Amino acid sequence: MKLIYEKSVEGRKGVKIPERDVKHYPALPDNLLRKFPAGLPEVSELDTVRHFSKLSKENYSVDSNFYPLGSCTMKYNPKALEEAAALGGFRNLHPFLCYSPSGKHSISGALELLYNLEKALTAVTGMDEVSLQPMAGAHGEFAGMKIAAAFHASRGEERKIVIVPDTSHGTNPASSAMSGFDVITIASDKNGEMDMDEYKKNLNGSVAAVMMTCPNTLGIFNRNIREVCELAHKAGALAYCDGANMNAIMGKMRPGDAGFDIMHLNMHKTFATPHGGGGPGAGPVCVKKNLADFLPGPAIIKGADGGFSIIKRPRSIGRLAPFFGNFGVLVKAYAYILLMGGDGLADASEKAVLNANYIKAALEKFYELPYKRRCMHECVFSASKQMEQGVHALDIAKFLIDRGFHPPTIYFPLIVKEALMIEPTETESLYTIDEFIEAMKDAAQEAAEDPELFKRHPLSSCIGRLDETSAARKLNIKYPEK
Amino acid sequence: MDIYYTKDHEWVKVEGRRGIMGISAYAVKQLGDITYVELPEVGKEITKSGVVCTVESVKAASDIYAPVTGKVTEANSVLESAPEKLNESPEDEGWIAKLEISSPDDVNDLMTPDKYKEFLKSLE
Repeated sequence: MKLIYEKSVEGRKGVKIPERDVKHYPALPDNLLRKFPAGLPEVSELDTVRHFSKLSKENYSVDSNFYPLGSCTMKYNPKALEEAAALGGFRNLHPFLCYSPSGKHSISGALELLYNLEKALTAVTGMDEVSLQPMAGAHGEFAGMKIAAAFHASRGEERKIVIVPDTSHGTNPASSAMSGFDVITIASDKNGEMDMDEYKKNLNGSVAAVMMTCPNTLGIFNRNIREVCELAHKAGALAYCDGANMNAIMGKMRPGDAGFDIMHLNMHKTFATPHGGGGPGAGPVCVKKNLADFLPGPAIIKGADGGFSIIKRPRSIGRLAPFFGNFGVLVKAYAYILLMGGDGLADASEKAVLNANYIKAALEKFYELPYKRRCMHECVFSASKQMEQGVHALDIAKFLIDRGFHPPTIYFPLIVKEALMIEPTETESLYTIDEFIEAMKDAAQEAAEDPELFKRHPLSSCIGRLDETSAARKLNIKYPEK
Repeated sequence: MDIYYTKDHEWVKVEGRRGIMGISAYAVKQLGDITYVELPEVGKEITKSGVVCTVESVKAASDIYAPVTGKVTEANSVLESAPEKLNESPEDEGWIAKLEISSPDDVNDLMTPDKYKEFLKSLE
């Protein structure tokens, strides 16, 4: 397919801009003026529409087919949520209205929605207070670690270390480092849980927090989390829960009850708002009471008259986003929670776990399962059997494209050799899951029969096997200038 | 020059207080095609088991750990433009950094080539 720049014809226009009829206007300073034209493609409206329609057809989304990308909860986004977010009362609000005395009236409903969403999230997580500001999961983690730093600083303690098990999301050590901490990684034991002896050995007065992804990236629920949190507290440290995998435990287990002090949620994973393409996302950060003062951004409070207003949190770590973050995403998440209800959320988690275990049981004979335990929302296989024939996880991923499936996550978590990480979510039917299982079985069989042929997939996609190594080594994302 | 290996698959060649470090052929095979090497700065103080630099492959980004405590005296700038050198010759031309070693005793708990070979067998 041609780039839109290659479709450009000099002088062709999509819209006709009227002649400027403003006679007198101040001249822009020279340093703000372009020295040469912007280099935009010159195309008609029809060229543009066709270009992007074609691109969208070649794209793959959860609306078109099964998307079992592990650790990313690519669940279906009910269309009713879009309708809710598109309601004029939400869509047409100007965010500055919350700062205008006369605007407060028109924004009251939006504030009530945010207030209610915060309350719903505290009910799901067992935490006490929430800030909806962070605009992505890692943004929520960053907020959480900044809160941990502010908490220790407020007590005059200098704690520089964050403990992270090797089964956590890669963003956990990154967020810790971004917040100024040094990271100690703890290896997992043979059960896929953090090695408790190593944890105890590293826990001391310089540890600011332990950061657990729960369930972890092996799709395993760590049975020691209560003890992990207790030990952290005894050492004066905080316990952080990465809630990106909350889809496995809603209505079943609340991180706040297990002893966690801080956690984040991903609206674009657990609460069915659109995911991918770089956002927009929302990663609310939730804390226990003693940390509420440090939350980012203003707090929404309910007055005695039932009206809503915002107040500044005096010890806040500051703003992380304009206004209330990605408001439209938050509307969708709230609509989802109302649509599902408490029982519905618990049911979603049950089915997500059931589906993952169904896939695990069906494929166990065909792929190496490094941790032989009941899994939660995702199961992690290794392509080590296939490796004996020279076939890698990457080749299996490419094969699945030819069968119409988005490949699962590969090569993550890092502690599993040739990892294939499959997360079906609750929204897939038994029929779809069975089709996927058949494709995975065929992959194992074809890889064994003719490894060389197998490594040529995908054959039916619009672009064949890409040379990913050259693409990474000689990265070129610039369209040649004329 | 004596060569030693770590459990994280780094190697270090030692002569007195001078050393050269890199990652083993096994490590490179596990990583797949290396696409980028973020070299350590010359003069960087490194602590045994602390992070020296990062290597990116088509599969993952991985931290490279210091086999000994010391200081970086030279980094292999060839890897900046030709990361494939690390795949082609991991234990020779694909070296990562030259070091000034603080304590020569640091190598005592590292593995000799024979021990490392045994260790790799145990990972199979």
